[in-house]
Amino acid sequence: MNGLLGALLFILLAPLLGGLVAGVDRILTARMQGRVGPPLLQPFYDVGKLFEKENVVVTTAQNFYVLAYLAFIVVSGALFFAGGDLLLVIFAFTLAHVFLVLGAYSVHSPYSHIGAERELIQIMAYEPMIILAAVGLYMVTGSFFTGEIAASTVPVILYLPGVFLGFLTVLTIKLRKSPFDISTSHHAHQEIVKGITTEFSGATLGQIEIAHWYENIFLLGFIYLFFGFNPVLGIAAIAITYFAEIFLDNTTARLRWQAALQSGWAAAAILGILNLAIIGYIMGGA
Amino acid sequence: MAFLKRSPWLLHYDASSCNGCDIEVLACLTPLYDVERFGIINTGNPKHADILVITGGINELNRDIVRNIYEQMPEPKVVVAVGICATSGGIFRECYNIVGGVDKVIPVDVYVPGCAARPESIIDGIVTALGILEEKRRTMADRTHAKEEIRKGAEAGS
Ligand code: SF4
Repeated sequence: MNGLLGALLFILLAPLLGGLVAGVDRILTARMQGRVGPPLLQPFYDVGKLFEKENVVVTTAQNFYVLAYLAFIVVSGALFFAGGDLLLVIFAFTLAHVFLVLGAYSVHSPYSHIGAERELIQIMAYEPMIILAAVGLYMVTGSFFTGEIAASTVPVILYLPGVFLGFLTVLTIKLRKSPFDISTSHHAHQEIVKGITTEFSGATLGQIEIAHWYENIFLLGFIYLFFGFNPVLGIAAIAITYFAEIFLDNTTARLRWQAALQSGWAAAAILGILNLAIIGYIMGGA
Repeated sequence: MAFLKRSPWLLHYDASSCNGCDIEVLACLTPLYDVERFGIINTGNPKHADILVITGGINELNRDIVRNIYEQMPEPKVVVAVGICATSGGIFRECYNIVGGVDKVIPVDVYVPGCAARPESIIDGIVTALGILEEKRRTMADRTHAKEEIRKGAEAGS
C-alpha cells in the first residue's frame, strides 16, 4: 500500500520538484559566474514555451521513441519510489535511454547521430558502477528492494564509502554535468550543436526536458539509499552532493569521451570492486 | 499563457560582420548585462530558436545559408538585424559580393542601428522583438483555432 503511495507521489511531485531543482541549479550556476541568473521558475517557462511552439516533425517515429523514453523514466522512478526491486529499476532506466538513443538515430541529422553515439558511450560508462552499487547495497542490507534498503538501520555509507564515491563519479555523467556532458548540454554552443536533442523541437523537446526532471529526482533519490539509517543526514547528503555537482560543472571544462569511459570504469573497478571485496571479506569472516 | 515572452531562445548568425557587432551581442551574455535574467539563452540550434539575430550584411555565399537557417526555425519566430551592416549593408554595401541587408533574403522584424550596435540597444531590440513574437504566437493560435472550427464545421456538414 505504502509502495503505491510512493509511486503516485513520485509521478505527481517529481516534475514539480525536478523543475525547481533545475531552477535552483541555474541560479546557483549564474551566481558562481557573478551573474544574477534567471527566475526560479525559468525551467517551467521554458517547457511551457516549448509546448506553445509549432511542432516540426520530419520523422514521425521520433515522437514514439521520445514518448517511450519519458514513459520508461517515469516507470523506473515510480518503481524506485514504490520500494521495488533495484535491479528492475536499473533495467527500466537503461531501457529508457535506449529509446532516447533510438529516437536520435531515427532522424536525419549527423549531429543527432553523434549525440546518440555519445549517449551510448555514456551508458557504457556508468552502467557497471550502477550495477555494483546495487550489488553493494544488497551485500550490506540483504535486500534488493529499495523500500527495505531505505528502511534499513545499518549505516550503509560506512560499509560502502568506495561504492558511494564511485556512484558520485557516474552521477556526474548521468546528470549531464561538465566535464562529462558529452552527449548533450544545457547550452548548445558548448556541444556539437545540441548533441542528442538537435533534431527535437517544440513539444517533443518539452517531453525530453520533463523526462530529465524525473530522472534527476530519481538519481537524487538513489543517493538517499546510502543514508537511509538517518533521514536528516540523507537529505543533507543529497543537497551537498548536488551543490558539489554544480560546482564541478562550473569549474571544469569538458573532457573527451575516452575520459568519461575511463573514469566510469576506473571508478567501478577500483572504488567499486575493491569496496565490495573488502565487504565480502569482512562479512564472510564474521 | 504567454510563456514565449519569458523564455526566448536566440540563435546568433554572423553573416559577414566585421566582428564588431558580434562581440557586442556576446557582451550581452556577460555578467554586466546578463540577459539570462530574462530567460534568454544563446542556443546554437535553429530548431530550438525563437529569435534569429543576424549581424553583418548578407553576401552571395551565405544567402542560401541564411534562408536555410530561417526556414529550419519552428513558428512563431522573429528576425532581428543587429548593426547597420545587417540593416542595409552598411560600409560594405558597395562591395562586389554583398547582397545588402538581411531583408534582401528573409523578412526582418526589428532593426537595431549602430556601428557597432551597443549592448543596450541590442537588448532593447530583442525586447521589441518579444512583443512581435507574442503577437505572432497569438495570430498563430487564432489561425489553428479557425482551422479547427472549419474542420469541425465540415465534419458536421457531411
Ligand atoms: S555595423 Fe559596424 S561593427 Fe557592426 S558589423 Fe557592420 S561594420 Fe562591423
